Amino acid sequence: MNAAASSALLAVLIAAPVTGALIAFLLPVRLRATAGILTAAATTAATAATAWRVAADGAHRHALGGWGAPLGIDLYADGLSCVFLLMTGIVGLFVSVYAKPFFAQPEENKGATELFWPLWLILWASLNGMFLSADLFNLYVMLEVMGLSAVALAVLSGRPPALVAGLRYLLAAIAGSMAYLMGVAMIYGAVSALDLQIVAAGIEQGRSFRVAFSLILVGLLVKTAVFPLHFWLPGAHSTAQAPVSAILSALVVKASFYLILRLWVDVFDGSVTVAAGQALGALGAAAIIWGSYQALRQRRLKLMVAHSTVGQIGYMFLLFPLITVVYQDVAEAPWLAHAWTGGVYQAIAHGFAKAAMFLAVGVFAMAVGSDDRDSTVGLVGQLPMTTFALALAGVSLIGLPPSGGFVAKWMLLKAAFTSGQWWWAPVILLGSFLTAGYVFMVLRQAFAPTSHKIKLKPVPRTMEVTALVLGAAAIIIGFRAEEFLLLLDVEAAFQEPVEPHRANDR
Amino acid sequence: MTLNESLPLIIVASSLVPGLIIFFLAEHQATARTILNMFGAVLKMALILAVYYGILRGNEYEFRYDIGVDLEFVLRVDLLSLLFAILSSILWLVTTVYAIGYLEGSPFRRRFFGFFSICVTASTGIALSGNIVTFFIFYEFLTLATYPLVVHRGTEKALQAGRTYLWYTIGGGTVLFVGVVWLFVLGGSMEFDRTGVLAGLAEDHSRQLRILFWVLIAGLGVKAALVPLHGWLPIAMVAPAPVSALLHAVAVVKAGAFGIVRLVYDVYGIELADALGLLTPLAVIATVTIIYGSMRALAQDDLKRRLAYSTVSQLSYIALGTAIVGVTASTGALAHLVHQGVMKITLFFCAGNIAETLGVHKVSELNGVGRRMPVTMAAFTIAAFGMIGLPPVAGFVSKWYLGLGALEVGSAWIVAVLLASSALNASYFLPIVYAAWFREPDGEWKTYRTARYLETPWMLLGPTVATAVLSLAIGLFAVTQWSPLEMARQIAEELYSK
Repeated sequence: MNAAASSALLAVLIAAPVTGALIAFLLPVRLRATAGILTAAATTAATAATAWRVAADGAHRHALGGWGAPLGIDLYADGLSCVFLLMTGIVGLFVSVYAKPFFAQPEENKGATELFWPLWLILWASLNGMFLSADLFNLYVMLEVMGLSAVALAVLSGRPPALVAGLRYLLAAIAGSMAYLMGVAMIYGAVSALDLQIVAAGIEQGRSFRVAFSLILVGLLVKTAVFPLHFWLPGAHSTAQAPVSAILSALVVKASFYLILRLWVDVFDGSVTVAAGQALGALGAAAIIWGSYQALRQRRLKLMVAHSTVGQIGYMFLLFPLITVVYQDVAEAPWLAHAWTGGVYQAIAHGFAKAAMFLAVGVFAMAVGSDDRDSTVGLVGQLPMTTFALALAGVSLIGLPPSGGFVAKWMLLKAAFTSGQWWWAPVILLGSFLTAGYVFMVLRQAFAPTSHKIKLKPVPRTMEVTALVLGAAAIIIGFRAEEFLLLLDVEAAFQEPVEPHRANDR
Repeated sequence: MTLNESLPLIIVASSLVPGLIIFFLAEHQATARTILNMFGAVLKMALILAVYYGILRGNEYEFRYDIGVDLEFVLRVDLLSLLFAILSSILWLVTTVYAIGYLEGSPFRRRFFGFFSICVTASTGIALSGNIVTFFIFYEFLTLATYPLVVHRGTEKALQAGRTYLWYTIGGGTVLFVGVVWLFVLGGSMEFDRTGVLAGLAEDHSRQLRILFWVLIAGLGVKAALVPLHGWLPIAMVAPAPVSALLHAVAVVKAGAFGIVRLVYDVYGIELADALGLLTPLAVIATVTIIYGSMRALAQDDLKRRLAYSTVSQLSYIALGTAIVGVTASTGALAHLVHQGVMKITLFFCAGNIAETLGVHKVSELNGVGRRMPVTMAAFTIAAFGMIGLPPVAGFVSKWYLGLGALEVGSAWIVAVLLASSALNASYFLPIVYAAWFREPDGEWKTYRTARYLETPWMLLGPTVATAVLSLAIGLFAVTQWSPLEMARQIAEELYSK
């Protein structure tokens, strides 16, 4: 493949799901699922190809329509984007496979569920767009598309609780995008450019940039549901239908996290301060403890899993204080690589594990007809595969070895010790402990004896298998971090200091 | 990858693969399950013995796999790992036979045997771990694999026990996690064959190294049931007999004890540990545990609980021997690792036999049981004598070496502790033996299981007799070339000649 063709792949990653969405929308309802799965497969294949090319040849830049920045719009893929793209591709593919039999069930197929496929594929396109855009305004558009399609997906069932939570979600999403847009406008006013690279080069130290970046940051923090801005998440994620919950928790919050990370290390690296890094870390720490504690208290499984997302997101934010430190030379800060990979690994491992967990809980709820924690009593005998999927996902969330979550926590913990910021260590461990609490509370119920044989509704085997595959993925990435790290290393931003200011040349 | 590189991996896989396949078999495919289990158990034992032979001829077996950044998965065979691996493979084989007989006709056997195999995988992995990370991975893996076994019966009591078990082991694991990362930050991956990395840091970081040691001991001490971290063990007794047997002999508690041995010998190195003044407090903790466990055992009427407290006590002989400097004491500690396993598993088999055949669980109901089940009680008597430390059973040998070792370094108080402990052991085991053989039965025995000619089905009786004979044999033939004692001596000598 020549360079032009392989960089055109970047456009395919957005175009393919959009086309799929249009086709699915035009097709009769019964054919939509098939079209959706085919699109998912094609998109995932294109994602894999892109990651392959980037790993082999380095970062790719594609100027849409041949215009190029600053006039046109550029797509850009480096290791960081590819890692997120790949996770989205894999989770997206299996969730799609799960969704087909899921929505075929009469009791789930209510409301406007025939719109699931077009909306989900649009959402996927916007996710890919987020990971690929190299332009602040284009990112805004993607953010808006993502937010709206995500809200629409969350209320598909049309049930009143979903609508209430969905409205809150919508308001939060809009407020977030507005703050982001204001920040972008301020920056455009100052440097007359939107391309990340040009903006990064044009940024000067100064209050207005600080304000602009703060607005952008707050907007994105709302979208990522970082404590205490997580108020909308548990409701929206728990009232959505199972495949949608998986998408929202595993992918959507990751996209805005990705954007924070991207801007932090690539664009605003001269403006961020050590205090800001510590503040983000503190929010993350609070999220870990509050989210995990709340998860422990829930009686409904989906609410538990949703609160667990709040806690797990917190871990990703521990990355910021660890990479934002003052030093002269990278050799003085050998933990940067650990912190960086630990944070990203957490996002990826959580993506797989949380998707698996929501899908597994969806199977339980479908079989029993309720997602009350006590209703899963004794399910291990009848749904061993799903219980196992839940256990695998739980192992990764807790951070027990061998799993992706373990590698992530290992690296974060190690970075915390090496950098002397040992105060994050107790938080990481307390979070693990609380997580173990709620994971085993579910497993304990599943293993509990039943006096009577419960009558279960049969669940399509595909649904069980897809949950297990994603759970296994969360474990398997704990066995092999090497390729992942090589990919992440492509044009990695952490190789250079985040603070103090550096001349930017991506 | 050459055969020598892949052998450690194959040894670990020889129980993992059958375990995973078992999950996919149907519940009623008992024959296939049995064949798989036995195949795995025999294969593992054969491979481990083959590797032992190779090691004696100077071969090296090492498997390395890079997880990423600085996490490396290393399986390496040395004599110490072999000692533990041989023990666990032999006892797994025996316990598998026992478990097949024990669980005949009960539900969820697929789950049981699946996790049982995985549990053995974890303990073999612990044995073969070549660095601290690999050790930690398997150590945590063991927690996960044993939980379903502890709660296997699914009763409210079992679930409660499972919860206690998890809080303790997850808590211990979390503390160990901190310790391991800290260790890593200080001295890198801590390959077990490269002791001395920490010695170079002793001058500048001695305080840190001391704190770190206790953090690691706190993590390991949960599974090793050091007082006051032993609380889970007597409660976990609700598990089925084969599980208790395996948990107490090789799997969980031994993982902790083995970890302490590795920590002192191969991470810190005995000289550094001594120089930092870590060993005496460790010895004190061990002796407190020994005495406390025995005292509590005295008061228990439930047979399995009495055995559980006895485990708490007996296990700490290993930590005690590790904390005494000198070839003799180290030999005693390492030999006890094996001896305690073989004797304790016998006792649990016996308790299981009595419970399954007669429905008797209490010590006070054992009057005259020797007449009804002479073979089982004979096995029990042998193992109990061993626990007390009567010659020629294995337990005598390890206690003898421990005592000698203590005298060598002039710690007479340890000998006093050993004697006191033996007296306590005698006072909670001998009444059982006496009641079983010399008291009149209280009434007619109820019978829950029958066998045509034997007192209980052969699958229960056979393993019991085998381990009883083994605990006698390794005591009787302790000075021959192939005994655990001899192997322990080799390891200890190598350790001090470094």
